[in-house]
Amino acid sequence: MAVKVYGFIGSNAVYRVLASLYEKNVDFEFITVNMVSREHKRPLFLARNPFGQVPAFEDGDLTLFESRAITKYVARKYADQGTELILKDPIQMAIQTVWMEVENQKFDRASWKLMEIAMGRVRGGPELVAEYEKKLSDVLDVYEARLKENKYLAGDGFTLADLHHQPNIYFLMSTRVKRLFESRPHVRAWVADILSRPAWLKLMAFSP
Amino acid sequence: MATPPVKVYGPPLSTAVSRVLVCLLEKDVPFQLVPVNMAKMEHKKPDYVKMQPFGQVPAFQDDDITLFESRAICRYLAEKYPNKGTAGLFGTNPLVKASIDQWLEAESQSFNPPSSVLTFQLFFAPLMKLKQDEALIKQNEAKLEKVLDVYENRLGSSRYLAGDEFTLADLSHLPNTQFLVEKTDKAELFTSRKNVGRWWSEISTRPAWKKVVEMQNA
Repeated sequence: MAVKVYGFIGSNAVYRVLASLYEKNVDFEFITVNMVSREHKRPLFLARNPFGQVPAFEDGDLTLFESRAITKYVARKYADQGTELILKDPIQMAIQTVWMEVENQKFDRASWKLMEIAMGRVRGGPELVAEYEKKLSDVLDVYEARLKENKYLAGDGFTLADLHHQPNIYFLMSTRVKRLFESRPHVRAWVADILSRPAWLKLMAFSP
Repeated sequence: MATPPVKVYGPPLSTAVSRVLVCLLEKDVPFQLVPVNMAKMEHKKPDYVKMQPFGQVPAFQDDDITLFESRAICRYLAEKYPNKGTAGLFGTNPLVKASIDQWLEAESQSFNPPSSVLTFQLFFAPLMKLKQDEALIKQNEAKLEKVLDVYENRLGSSRYLAGDEFTLADLSHLPNTQFLVEKTDKAELFTSRKNVGRWWSEISTRPAWKKVVEMQNA
């Protein structure tokens, strides 16, 4: 198969990439990387992702890393099939890019730390949790105002700007942090919407 | 001459503002730099927050569009003016674009966090008379070293990060690296690595970046 994804089930960044492939109805081969045996730090994998992180991605001769670069590549290459993940109109695309950066620079920072604390990967007492919940709350306040005016972050339709959020939100909704999403009506509706998309549900059922 | 439609709001010393300025200069796009008095919390006032809901710099306007997030603004400029100024900043075909996106994301996810902490701790904190956090400095220096090792390897077989041409991926690194190399004692993180040193010396002596540094020092 032309499209290959290297990673492990349970990695947010891997899920981000798989979500885009499901939205685009692109078949792929999934190759599990054995993190326990440090496969991701060995030369064969480092040749695919020099930072030694998952995922790595191949499409024919092209190798890519960084989930948000891969999703953009998938969105552009398979523009004519599945969900429109990158808007074509230049102004709409620019606005979509703004919100993709917001996810990257602001939402991911705050939500990822809270995930790591919840998973016990990072030592976090109540002060650290409060600090990052405040950061996330400030971001979600902006989202609440945005989603009051627009059904999705980039406008009327679901795009990568929303998709990039799916993995972290999916995880956090099974923790106490979910109250931050649920207490904001437009954010809550948006979360319910994006996590019930057929592509996302198919991905949740995926087993390599 | 008519007032340029492009407006950038914020001080040139801000790394994010300077990222946008260098992109405008590389693209030869005329612009107006609008000062924002951050000491007087102008960036938190309602008129400004209307443009940038997080109350940060820069904010950006062009014709009828208002944008924020420096890397989004750079992508917009590169897409809108592909043939003006430096061509190919965001690639001329999908494969090159994918490579640029990949290294832009590496800058965002791997380079920016430790280099931003170091820039703040070593340059801005003393300026603002804030106490430095030695543990944080040590931790982030170690992180940055690992990233620069990857870059050293990459730049041994590629003139620039995404390929043979200067692109947004390289440009995005200019602001933090400038401070670290010129204004702190951490220059050798970059200059002691042969390929990274070579790359830094090439990208930092581009006329557009030199102009931004002049604006910062004005």
